[in-house]
Amino acid sequence: MSMSLQNIDKIVGREIHLKDIHLEFETGSRNVILGRTMAGKTSLLRIMAGLDRPSKGRILINGRDVTGVSVRKRSVAMVYQLFINYPSLTVYQNIASPLKITGVKKTEIDRRVRETAEMLHIEDLLDRLPAELSGGQQQRIAIARALIKNADLLLMDEPLVNLDYKLREELRNELHGIFSQRQAIVVYTTTEPTEALMLGGNIVVIDEGRVLQTGPTPQVYHNPETLRVAEVFSDPPINYLKGTVQGDTARLGQDIEIPLDGHLKSLPAGNYTFGVRCNHLFLSRIDKEDAEIQTKVELSEISGSETFIHVVYGDSQLVVQEDGIHPRQIGSEISIYVNPCCFFVYDGEKTLVASPSRISIQERLK
Amino acid sequence: MARIELNEIVHSYHRNPKGESDYALKRIHNVWEEGGAYALLGPSGCGKTTLLNIVSGLLTPTRGRVLYDGKDVTELPPEKRNIAQVFQFPVLYDTMTVFDNLAFPLRNRGVEKEETTRRVLEVAEILELTPFLKKRAAGLAADAKQKISLGRGLVRSDVAAILFDEPLTVIDPQMKWHLRRKLKEIHEQLKLTLIYVTHDQVEAMTFADQVAVMFEGEIVQVGSPEDLFENPEHRFVGYFIGSPGMNFLECTIEGNVARVDGAGIVLDDETAAKGRKAKGKLELGIRPTHLEVHDEALDGRAQATVKTVEDLGSYKIVTLVLAHKTLRATLPEEKPVPEGEVWLAFPPKWTRLFADGWLIG
Repeated sequence: MSMSLQNIDKIVGREIHLKDIHLEFETGSRNVILGRTMAGKTSLLRIMAGLDRPSKGRILINGRDVTGVSVRKRSVAMVYQLFINYPSLTVYQNIASPLKITGVKKTEIDRRVRETAEMLHIEDLLDRLPAELSGGQQQRIAIARALIKNADLLLMDEPLVNLDYKLREELRNELHGIFSQRQAIVVYTTTEPTEALMLGGNIVVIDEGRVLQTGPTPQVYHNPETLRVAEVFSDPPINYLKGTVQGDTARLGQDIEIPLDGHLKSLPAGNYTFGVRCNHLFLSRIDKEDAEIQTKVELSEISGSETFIHVVYGDSQLVVQEDGIHPRQIGSEISIYVNPCCFFVYDGEKTLVASPSRISIQERLK
Repeated sequence: MARIELNEIVHSYHRNPKGESDYALKRIHNVWEEGGAYALLGPSGCGKTTLLNIVSGLLTPTRGRVLYDGKDVTELPPEKRNIAQVFQFPVLYDTMTVFDNLAFPLRNRGVEKEETTRRVLEVAEILELTPFLKKRAAGLAADAKQKISLGRGLVRSDVAAILFDEPLTVIDPQMKWHLRRKLKEIHEQLKLTLIYVTHDQVEAMTFADQVAVMFEGEIVQVGSPEDLFENPEHRFVGYFIGSPGMNFLECTIEGNVARVDGAGIVLDDETAAKGRKAKGKLELGIRPTHLEVHDEALDGRAQATVKTVEDLGSYKIVTLVLAHKTLRATLPEEKPVPEGEVWLAFPPKWTRLFADGWLIG
């Protein structure tokens, strides 16, 4: 199956929810829609599902216009943020419910319920009621109910957002495996860059109702075409410094000077924004070309395996990622280092004009 | 401010608890020193909210005592304990101004007008709420509202402790770090006893000097964020802290070597000696960031196969198979990606041994 969204707008009252959406999806593809809260992700899924009608434009499935066709007549399954199950039905009945109304044989229903339950590790819970289960288990039921239909289009609207991060980690891994065995078009929305990268496949970055960039997920991550894409697709958001290029050097912030070579070599004179992700700022010098930046610590944010040090440099806020757990005193002064080969460069229009080469990053930062 | 002591606390929601599984809290014995920043971290269902309710007085434990500065408060209701609480959702009066919201707890207690105004202005300054004092609370963003809830706790000079129950749940991800920083600053300025309950490792470890990790009704470890990461005392801490969590490999000890199915991993003498004496199920533990993946065979390295490599942008997760066991290693973006047959090194400094779930070396 193929699905094509052509020229779609969704306008509610005076608010633009979606504008000029053109997207193509192929059968068996995994697709992530990445965007901040309120970017239009749910609006887009609802239009794909047939739950809402676009204000303008068409949806084609296998070349046939289905724009006005109701969700009931489409082969679609959807999982929502909130765990939606029938409270008075057992887990078994919940998972079986989409097949009951289609008239599938009892023995076939039984086989598929057990198979799907096993896939999601809830085969021991089939006789229980949803209310007796944890949030993670309830969401597994909702996912099983969506999978059992074998719909051509599987839509998942931030399905893991309300779970503990450990459960999220486990389910994400499992979904990855489950999706790869399906023929359906899978469309999955998220606000989290890491989740998008874990799911892989293709990505659609959206913001304020518009598609900013599409492509294979890792490729878009490494080549964000605009500053906005770089912001949305970096967590913490990408660091940036204003800079001026003159001759063969660039001057960044108040006092950082970097030579222009490698991917920066042919930059014409002018004003630019230099972006660098937090894992490319270091606390010690690695290469002789590294520029030093003197900063003051605002906060050490500690995840389980990394420390994110928020620092101020002049009027810029920067974030440095450090492996391991290393709390630091607020207000202390530290030097951070950046290699010129790590900079994304955006022009006055906030469009990408140079992006780092992954090979030179590997060579320089060994 | 107070020192809070939990003395042999046991709690069950059942009237006649029978087995261990009937207890929400199995045995909690813990001290929170005056002026410390603490976190209670654990997955849903681990008992952390039950414990918080016992500290605040919403719940009386089945057994054990709660002491504030040595005084037994076990039977006292929350209003007699001088506790301030900040919940998941902001608790405030929407129709009142920010000033009146902050002044409310003081007016309620009959504090003089001048003193009230002085305290409110002081707290508003700390929380950067001064520009909003005359505004109604209703129109403000979630993070400002949550700051007001916090301010209502801070205005009282007599609070024994401030308890936080997942206070950043409704805050936009981009605003969270700002509030985390605010909480840290407040703690450094005011030296209050702060207890923060959450299932989120980032929140617990960023906020607290000491984190208590809860698992199935017990505190399995109390330690600094570094301790929890580098020296998890229980396998649950190894699993729960860090993404991905620690790798565990069931093993037996022969001399200085840990045998994992066919493969052998060399341990340091001390750890191996402890392992030979230990009883119960032995497991080797190593964090994905400490597991070294090499393309050269050397003495002491174990052969493994690369199953998958996930590119997560700033790092990669490599899934490996070692003697029928799956493990994960993380590699920074700048490191080349290994393929096919590889050799794993387990640096002794980072290789831990667990017996029946508990760290022995």
